[in-house]
Amino acid sequence: MHVVVCVKQIPDPAAPGSLRKDTLTLDRSGKLVMDDSDSYGVEMALQLASGVDGSEVTLVSMAPGSETSGLRTALAMGAADAILVSDDALAGSDALSTAKVLAAAIRRAEPDLVIAATESTDGYTGTLPVQVAELLGMPSVTFAKRVSTDGTTIKVERQTEAGYDDVECPLPAVVTVTAGVVEPRYPSFKGIMAAKSKRIDVLGLADLGIDAAEVGSRGAREEVLDVADAEARGGGEIVVDEGDGAQRIVAFLEQLKVI
Amino acid sequence: MDRIWVLAETGEQGPTPLTLELLAAARGLAPRVEAVAWGPGTASIAGVLGEHGASRVYDVGDLAGALPGAPVAAAMAALVERGERPDAVLFPASYDGRDVAGRLSVRLDRPVLTNVTGLSVRDGSLVTEHPVFGGAQIVHARFTGEGPGIYVVRAKSFAAASAGGAAAEVVAAPAGDVGPTGAARIVERHAEEASGPKLDEAAVVVSGGRGLGSADSYALVEELARLLHGAPGASRAIVDAGWVPYSHQVGQTGKTVKPTLYVGWGISGATQRLVGMKGAKSIVAINKDREAPIFSVADLGVVGDVHKVLPALIEALRSRS
Ligand SMILES: Cc1cc2nc3c(=O)[nH]c(=O)nc-3n(C[C@H](O)[C@H](O)[C@H](O)COP(=O)(O)OP(=O)(O)OC[C@H]3O[C@@H](n4cnc5c(N)ncnc54)[C@H](O)[C@@H]3O)c2cc1C
Repeated sequence: MHVVVCVKQIPDPAAPGSLRKDTLTLDRSGKLVMDDSDSYGVEMALQLASGVDGSEVTLVSMAPGSETSGLRTALAMGAADAILVSDDALAGSDALSTAKVLAAAIRRAEPDLVIAATESTDGYTGTLPVQVAELLGMPSVTFAKRVSTDGTTIKVERQTEAGYDDVECPLPAVVTVTAGVVEPRYPSFKGIMAAKSKRIDVLGLADLGIDAAEVGSRGAREEVLDVADAEARGGGEIVVDEGDGAQRIVAFLEQLKVI
Repeated sequence: MDRIWVLAETGEQGPTPLTLELLAAARGLAPRVEAVAWGPGTASIAGVLGEHGASRVYDVGDLAGALPGAPVAAAMAALVERGERPDAVLFPASYDGRDVAGRLSVRLDRPVLTNVTGLSVRDGSLVTEHPVFGGAQIVHARFTGEGPGIYVVRAKSFAAASAGGAAAEVVAAPAGDVGPTGAARIVERHAEEASGPKLDEAAVVVSGGRGLGSADSYALVEELARLLHGAPGASRAIVDAGWVPYSHQVGQTGKTVKPTLYVGWGISGATQRLVGMKGAKSIVAINKDREAPIFSVADLGVVGDVHKVLPALIEALRSRS
């Protein structure tokens, strides 16, 4: 079974995000790291692959400047190799353009299973994996809490409003996982060393047969008009609990007529 | 803006609250509002949809267990191909809503604007509002290409309101064969046992975070929620840690709540959290750290240990009843 995991490399979320004033796009300068949300997908892929003989995990990523540091992290966890799409013309791509690029790259890997995070940490549009599935002509199961496979079908517990659904789906298919569904492993020292020599294919738009005019800021069909500060909600009274904290809350609830 | 479609999702009690919110939003923007629904009971919800402003409902029909993403998107694309031209399509930011939106986006080759929390018309085009950086800033955006625009709207962005219209006209809109894309099937449904009000509809939400220290302490949050006739919520940190199911999560990646009262125990109030609850009318926060960001939005903040204040509060409320 060949499993592809979509891995996004993003600016370190610990550093405060900002919008570039000139272009009103997210500032992506600086070092990129693997989106934490994707570590769950990578772990899920490795676990599923280990249960089916002859399986392998390939990473697919689109990032500026041939950035590979995030991919190395996922390779160190145990993925076999990676495909990276990097092209200056991709800057400013909307989610649909990104999905077209990723779908073209994924198609080359001929996967049986594609795993992605439900949404990314920095963009969180949450539609990209399903767009990729539609472009690839595959079924998709989003919001997976638990996944198992025998290499020909997948069984998924899918989150719902009321609880969860047992969903079955033939492969090839796209699955999205939410954070916390598995415990991502820490790369071992051996893994980190091995990752250095693992293969990363770097592709440009021409390699994928995609017209540069259709993607990136040239192809984007949405625009940011302006950015405004939101109405701030003022803070209220702050008290230090001196053994009377609960009583203060009771008094407040009475005032609100909640009790 | 002449015509807007709304994806209508049905729950156990008819159209979901978010569906009705979207109908209200659409009504404020365009004279003609139509819904798209699926499932065996579309005819039975035509009345409610009409009351909330839909003049027509396209019925994709029973999906026989298939996940709705592919077939419903295919049915909508087929309508557009047949010449039905909405200017905008509004989708609920729900599990299935996002699936249908993503697939329709590819079918029509139109991008999607997601995490929409406001809509208005400026110079004839629809302008969206998106909270960024935890709602500290609002981005306004719009589509520049050919329509229809596809929008995924967050819960509680608009207030649902009945307009008193007649039942919507039901028009069949079958999906046709969607091939392998429609192959994912629900074989069994499980409802988690929930007593009390739903998290996103409750007037009181009592939430717990990592400051509770352990999964066991979450029982105290549930107990307080019960005493206040509210629903228990959770931060992502304790959902990720496996203390409580994802359905309890409040925030950017969880549920948006807008209760009369929100009480947070041992929650730091990260930006991604605040975006999901700062619409609450009153906020009470208990945290041992005076500098916790949640205090900046709290009407009453108690600097203290949850393990002392929470049991004492439960005791005090119990002795009153
Ligand atoms: C893309 C993205 C999406 C996210 N979506 C969400 C979301 O939907 N919802 C969400 O909640 N988070 C979300 N997060 C995570 C968010 O950034 C925070 O990490 C999370 O909310 C922190 O949870 P917490 O407050 O329980 O834990 P912590 O941040 O660890 O805070 C624990 C708090 O408890 C206090 N405390 C500790 N012990 C005690 C005690 N004995 N008594 C009183 N107080 C105590 C501490 O002072 C601290 O303030 C998201 C993050 C990202 C990157």
